[in-house]
Order: sequence, then C-alpha cells, then structure tokens
Amino acid sequence: MSLLQETLAWFSDPAQWSGPTSIPWRIVEHIGYTFFAIVAAAVVAIPAGIYIGHTGRWRKLAVLSTGSLRALPFLGLLTLLALWLGIGPLISIIALAILCIPQLLAGMYSGIDAVDPHAVDASRAMGMTETQIILRVELPLAMPVILGGLRSAVLQVTATATVAAFIGAGGLGRYIIDGLALRDTPRVLGGALVVVLLALLLDGLFALAQRFGARLAYPAAHTAPAVNVLAPSPSPNSRRTTHDQPPTHNS
Amino acid sequence: MNWVVANADRLGDLLWQHTWISAIAIGLGFVLALVVGWSAYILRSSHRKAVRQLSGVIISASSLLYTVPSLPLFVILPTILGLGWLNPLNVLIALVIYAFALMVRGVVDALHAVPDTVRDSSIACGFNKLQLGLYVMLPLAAPVMLATLRVVSVSTVSLLSIGALIGVENLGSLFTNGFNRNFPTEIITGVVLTIALALLFDLVLLMAGRVLMPWQSALRAAGES
Repeated sequence: MSLLQETLAWFSDPAQWSGPTSIPWRIVEHIGYTFFAIVAAAVVAIPAGIYIGHTGRWRKLAVLSTGSLRALPFLGLLTLLALWLGIGPLISIIALAILCIPQLLAGMYSGIDAVDPHAVDASRAMGMTETQIILRVELPLAMPVILGGLRSAVLQVTATATVAAFIGAGGLGRYIIDGLALRDTPRVLGGALVVVLLALLLDGLFALAQRFGARLAYPAAHTAPAVNVLAPSPSPNSRRTTHDQPPTHNS
Repeated sequence: MNWVVANADRLGDLLWQHTWISAIAIGLGFVLALVVGWSAYILRSSHRKAVRQLSGVIISASSLLYTVPSLPLFVILPTILGLGWLNPLNVLIALVIYAFALMVRGVVDALHAVPDTVRDSSIACGFNKLQLGLYVMLPLAAPVMLATLRVVSVSTVSLLSIGALIGVENLGSLFTNGFNRNFPTEIITGVVLTIALALLFDLVLLMAGRVLMPWQSALRAAGES
C-alpha cells in the first residue's frame, strides 16, 4: 500500500472522528490555543501599540525589541519555559503569546503611525478629545494595517502551535510529534495536512476581513471611486508600512 | 559554562551545520525571488491585461507558500522528495521556499518604489533594457530589498531550529536534547548561539550593503546633518 493510500486510510479510520484524540477535537484544541495566545498577546500589544502610535514615544525601542524578539527561536523559548515552569497547555499558550506580540505590536503602531497627520490635526481642531481621536479617527484609519498584523500573528501562532506538542500540549501537533516518535508516517502526514488546510482557511478568512477593514477605513474609496483623489489613498500608506513591518514568520 | 567548554566540539559542529544550511537557504531564496519578482514586475507593466493579471497571480501564489506552516512542511517534504527523513536537504528546501516566499513581495515592492520619472529619464537618455536594469533599477531598489532580506535572514536562522524536531541536526538539537535531559543550560546555550548567529548574519548583510551601496551612508549622513 502506498503512503498516500495509508494516509487516506488514516483519515477514514473511525478513531480519528470521535473521542478526545479525534481530528475535530484536536482542531478545537488547536484553535483554542491560538485564540488564547492571541488574546493574551493583544492585552499587552493593543495598549502599548496605541500608546506608541499615538504619542510617537518609545518608537525606536519598540522597533528594536520587535526585531530582536523575531530572532528568538520558538523551540528554545518553549523548552526553557517548560523546564522552568512545567509542561502543559498553559505554558504553550504563554510561549505562543510571547511569539506573536511583535507582530501585533508592529501592526498597531505602524498602522496608527501611517494615519495622515492632517486628519488627526483636523480632528483635534474640531474639538475632539484625545480618546475620541484614538477611537474614532486613528483606529478606524489604521484598521487595514492592524488587521494585517493580526493576520500574520494568527497564522504564525496556528503554525507554531504544532511545535507546542513537543512539550506535551494537545492540538494538531500531537499527530505530527507522536507520529514521528512512533515512526507512524501516515499519522504524521495526516496531521500535517490538516494543519496546512487550517492555516490556508484562516488566511482566506482574514483576507476577507481585511477587505472589510479597508472599507471601514476608506468608505469613500469604495462607494464613490470617482472622488478617490480626495480621500487619502490606501496604497501609499500600505506600501510604506510593508517595509516597516514585513510579514513574519512561523518559527 | 563548564558544560559549554566540555562540549565545544559538538557545539561547533551544530553551529557549522546551522550556518551552512541557513546561508544557502537565504542565498538561494534571494536569487530565486529576484528572478521571479523581477519577472513579475516586468509583466505588471505589460500592455495586455491578461499578462498583468498573471503577474498578480505569481506574486500571490509565491506569498501563499508562506502560509504553509513550517513543521508540517518539514514532514511533508521528505515524502514528496523521497530523500529520507534525516536528510538535511529536506529542511534546506523548506527554508528556501520560505525565504523565497517572503522575499518575492519585497523585490516587487522595491522595484515599484523606484520613481517612474527616474526610469523614464534613463530610457530617454538612451539606456537599453540591460543597462536600465543593472545601472538604474537595481541600485535604486537594492536598499529596500536589503531591508526585506534582513528579515528573511533572521527568520530563517530562527526557523531552522524547528528542523531538530524531525531529527535534522542543528542548534535546535540543543533544545530537544536539553528538554529531554531536563538540562536548561543546554537550551540557554542553544538560544544564545542561535541569536548570535542571527545577529552575525544581519551584520554581514549590513556590511555587504555598505560595501555595495557606498552612496547610502553618504545620503544618510547628508540627511542627518
């Protein structure tokens, strides 16, 4: 029997479709880890990003620290935390949150940074308070870039959550890590395929969300293309931020 | 510290393995991305709509490769390539794919960032296509390409350590081994060496940038004064 057939057989095994080690349950676990890690990272990244983006203070420090966090190998961080704090889902979520903070933070501050300063000044001149400026002007205008940061963070965490299985966490990585340990190739491949599909699916959903976000930020660009010139065109901003915050990685 | 001294040989081997795999992956990824990205850029300015769309498809498809998670790709590639599980080539090819996927958009953006006026005036001055590419587009786009390449370099070095999970020896082996032996010193050594290597690569790229683009530092100095 070829490897492909064996992998298909693995998928059609009823054991994969019910109980706590079944594919649907592993997917739920996987998405759960991703969700909690992103939420934990957002608790840190959103206020910090708004502060840095709005005031422009500590920007250099933020750029430097996001850059150096990127160099930190995830597997090293994970195993070290596991030895110090113990194994299990919670530690994996903490490690995943640390991993995606740079992504979210960079999306927040570079998005707010790229907002046309004239728009901010005009809002201030009209008597908006700083809170109103942040909530009603900067955040909506920065939404496409923020969503871009969120998209790469979610993708990175989804991909990397498979590695967390090495320290005994659940999720789809279990199939890969256990399969490798048992030399059970169909299980490894089956698990890998499910993760790839999940990642592509999430990426597709985010592509849709980003389109929606762009509409939120620049309604004029979509309802009346003719007056496009008057509205700040999204393209120069987004181009500027792509260099600032290149898509990153799933290490 | 004693452990590091006692195992210097093994650490040296792992460091070397990590260095050559990352360096080749970064280099190959960059060259491939330069070729594909530049082609996509040329196609984008075509008069025919279908060709322009093809360019968009090339860029999106290349970037989509980046969406494929690393550990799954590391385990799927040996099956597709049939090279055997422990062959470092599997991981190398996976890293080339990632470096390429991340770099393509950087190349296209860099070329687009060259002002149209500069391009048009070079053509008006009689530069042929090759001269335009080599003497005008490449030098002007290079700083932006370098910025992306630096990100690629850091992420490649850090990503390679995941390869240790499928048994390919590199600095990541210190993490798996240290975890299995409950020995944090080994993991810390691995983390320090990985970050140091990433910094070294970054430094090499920066220096290469300085040497190849001497006018950049002059521009920077002029801008700051």
